[in-house]
Amino acid sequence: MDVITSDNKPIIQVKELVKKFGSFTAVDHISFEVNKGEIFGFLGANGAGKTTAIRMLCGLLEPTSGALKVAGFDGYHQREAIKRNIGYMSQKFSLYEDLTVYENFRLYAGIYGIPRKERIKKTDELLKKLNLEESRNKLVAGLPLGWKQKLAFSLALFHQPAVVFLDEPSGGVDPLTRRTFWDLIYEVAHQGITIFVTTHYMDEAEYCNRVAIMSEGKIVALDTPLALKEQYHADSMDGVFLKIARNKE
Amino acid sequence: MDQLLGFVKKEFTHIFRDSRTMVILFGIPIIQLMLFGYVITTEIKDARIAILDHSNDNVTREIKNKILSSGYFRLEANLIQDNEIDPIFRKGDVKEVIVFEKGFAENLEREGKANIQVIADASDPNTAQMLFNYTNGIVQDYTKKKFAGFTIPLQIKSEVRMLYNENMVGAFMYVPGTMALILMLISAMMTSITIAREKEMGTMEILLVSPLKASHIILGKVAPYLLLSLIDAFVVVFLGNVVFGVPIRGSLFVLAFLVILYITMALSLGILISTVANSQQVALFISGFALMLPTILLSGFIFPIENMPVPLQILSNFMPPRWFIDALKQVMLKGNGFAYIWPNVLILCAMTLFFLGLSVKKFRLRLE
Repeated sequence: MDVITSDNKPIIQVKELVKKFGSFTAVDHISFEVNKGEIFGFLGANGAGKTTAIRMLCGLLEPTSGALKVAGFDGYHQREAIKRNIGYMSQKFSLYEDLTVYENFRLYAGIYGIPRKERIKKTDELLKKLNLEESRNKLVAGLPLGWKQKLAFSLALFHQPAVVFLDEPSGGVDPLTRRTFWDLIYEVAHQGITIFVTTHYMDEAEYCNRVAIMSEGKIVALDTPLALKEQYHADSMDGVFLKIARNKE
Repeated sequence: MDQLLGFVKKEFTHIFRDSRTMVILFGIPIIQLMLFGYVITTEIKDARIAILDHSNDNVTREIKNKILSSGYFRLEANLIQDNEIDPIFRKGDVKEVIVFEKGFAENLEREGKANIQVIADASDPNTAQMLFNYTNGIVQDYTKKKFAGFTIPLQIKSEVRMLYNENMVGAFMYVPGTMALILMLISAMMTSITIAREKEMGTMEILLVSPLKASHIILGKVAPYLLLSLIDAFVVVFLGNVVFGVPIRGSLFVLAFLVILYITMALSLGILISTVANSQQVALFISGFALMLPTILLSGFIFPIENMPVPLQILSNFMPPRWFIDALKQVMLKGNGFAYIWPNVLILCAMTLFFLGLSVKKFRLRLE
């Protein structure tokens, strides 16, 4: 898979970023850049510091030290601006199950301050694209998991963010649905939206343009999946991951 | 502001779409009020008694008539022998047995003294005490009227008047208490559960990542419940007034102020609980166990605080409903205004601020 670098302007800039909780260092001097339109994979075992790093990138946590810029905004003083310019989708898909598909759109549009006219137009477009027109007034609770996943993704993109963070977006979804979901991700990336994705599934890691692997608060590997496989003499990302874990011991 | 409105709207949709929530919001208050008003009554009405009259003369007949026509008692059995008393109590048919001694009228005339024995079933001590008081009252009244001409040397008479509730209607006590309970249930319990639900469903994360301010999220979650609690408070006061005749002697403005203050306190308590509870179940458990029981037991709602052991009396000072119920009774029954209830208002204000402050602190800690 070749790297899509239509535009080499970095949209996320992280330099020597540190987050400490008391004496515990959750994120330990990490540095990387993510380009516009790139699909950037963020891997690591539980407790590796992934979640803390993402929370800083999303403007939820203030870093302890280091430099952080997301979509051109500073991670210390412009956290509100960061929030307005990113999208976020969690592993639970986080839709309101007792609201209809349309009502979920209306709520998110409202939260992001999208004007009514634009909201109605965009909602129609999206529902058409997702083939969800008939489910427009159905409660989300009744939708199949794969549809919920697509819906959650579309909602995260509704306000046209510069970056969208996907936190384990394929939890519990079968491989086929996962594949079609990635088609959607590619489409969005081609439009110039940066995708920052964490995952447990190694087949998903293969789909990324570049992958960073975190362990004990540090980034221990960062490159394209192909280069990483060569470097670690593995034929899959699974193998890369295992070798890194072994090296650590 | 538009963002907040959309959010509040969504919250109302959640509420109106969930039939269980609707039942809790509008069914339970009415059922509870009716239950407390009718079932757990402290008044005596048609209590079943038995009479054992060894004398059966004109005086005992007059006294019996007076007792049975009072409306408080209903004659279940006329006993003939002493050994019938024990079985009838054991069977649970009667709560009280009145025994007139032999030659009652004669004794009264000759010695100026005759004896009535009142035996009550004290397995329920409060009722027993009350039955005795009622019976005694009727007999006293009879003697007073019958022998009005006689002067008994050195007699101290006490005239009793029950202020603010002349007829000793139990609902006067239960309506303010029920109000405290219901508002606590709806405000604290429902808010803590609904916030916990957002956490459980993962939607809280989405909200936190959005440009919505944390204060807006909280406000948006809380505002619908403030409104619905107010409606409930109105229903309780209205039903209390129309069905049970509980008066509203104080000003409606003071009453409304007090209710809003209490709801705000309960809401901030709900927010505090939700900062600790990550699932609906935990939220339900904490609010059910930690709020409902003290509200019922330690607030003076059912059991008088003065009768509690000292440690519990001290503990009851920390129960917000105690101060609310006390102030509510003052306003509704005595017609008192701020001049009298200001200490309660001050305490409730302080408690609200304390809970809110603690929530903000906890919320920040959780984010860190």
